[in-house]
Amino acid sequence: MPMYDRGKVLTGLAIFVVVVTFPIWYNLVHAQHVPVPLLPKDVKQCVGKVDYMRTSHMELLNTWRDEVVRSENRKVIEVGGKQYVKSLQLGCMTCHPDRQKFCDECHTYAAVNLFCWDCHFQPKEKK
Amino acid sequence: MDVKRRNFLKIAGLSAVAGLGVPSAFHHLFDDAALAATHGEEHGAGAAEGKKEAGGHGGHNAESTLFQYGMVIDIKKFAEHKGLAEKCVSACHSEHNVPDFGNPKDEIKWIWVDDYEHGFTGYSQNKTKVGLNDLPVLLTCNHCANPPCVRACPTKATFKNEVGVVVMDFHRCIGCRFCMAACPYGARSFNWRNPREQYANGNYKFYKNGINPNYPTRMRGVVEKCNFCPERLAVGKLPACVEATGNTKAMVFGNINDPKSEIAQVLNSNFTIQRNPAAGTKPSVFYII
Repeated sequence: MPMYDRGKVLTGLAIFVVVVTFPIWYNLVHAQHVPVPLLPKDVKQCVGKVDYMRTSHMELLNTWRDEVVRSENRKVIEVGGKQYVKSLQLGCMTCHPDRQKFCDECHTYAAVNLFCWDCHFQPKEKK
Repeated sequence: MDVKRRNFLKIAGLSAVAGLGVPSAFHHLFDDAALAATHGEEHGAGAAEGKKEAGGHGGHNAESTLFQYGMVIDIKKFAEHKGLAEKCVSACHSEHNVPDFGNPKDEIKWIWVDDYEHGFTGYSQNKTKVGLNDLPVLLTCNHCANPPCVRACPTKATFKNEVGVVVMDFHRCIGCRFCMAACPYGARSFNWRNPREQYANGNYKFYKNGINPNYPTRMRGVVEKCNFCPERLAVGKLPACVEATGNTKAMVFGNINDPKSEIAQVLNSNFTIQRNPAAGTKPSVFYII
């Protein structure tokens, strides 16, 4: 069967394929760097295992918040002989003082907006 | 078949009577028993509901907690120590990063100074002691035993905790301001402006330019008020305002439901009044006038 307007059809198809796959090859060229959150150098442990902290830190923070604010349960958490205050500002940020390199590194990459800092102070934000 | 008009009307009339009469007759015959049963059930349900309301959380008379933090404010002591009341306000507002926009419309206050006349509007102002209205009276959240703001809050952002403090959970506040309408003491302030507003030099517009990096601010659209410093009580300190009074005993803080506590003894040995007692809120802040 003869193909009418073969040149136009094939060119059109080629342009279509290029446009549709644009996001794929664009990201191949302009790939964002995989985030590497800055971990504290001299501290080797956290309140939870790495995998748990990586996937569920937000749940832990919400639990802490509800316990402290709503249940008046401010019991200090002890892991491996070290005591941790149940607090973002006074707990987490003592070991992870750099918000840009620890929090925003991944949160910007994942496009998950944080609202912690609307109210809580970050360590460097003294003035 | 040939139906005469006369016969048709007869049959139609009889059918209508039968159609209307028979079901109602059935009702009478069979539903009497069933009806009685449902009525009984309804009555039972009603009684159970009534019981729940009386003992439950939403009633107009919330049960008082076993532990109730409270405060006694001695106005005479504040009269003796000039500037002490302002010192208390300053201590609180600096501790909690309360913004100061220099504008009464946007004012945020956790504790503030007013006079007897405006603090105790329910009491007779006729022939009061000369000079009484010149004395500073510290006003703050009364941490009522029966708090109307808690009932008004649709998100439970404000609630009464187990030590009797009416706490604000700023995370949960949606800024509806029902609590402000419910509070008869004007103890709640709304953040019309961003509390993190800065001057041109980068300083926050906080009270007296102080900043406490260990305490968070609030955000725009959130209601705030005195919380009796739970973060300080947790580490064994007194609330900031009470600490500011030092050894003057102008403010006494403690569990008013414990007869052995200092505050209970102060309450027992002095005549005290509360703000707007007729509102039935059972305030936990007492005044020695």
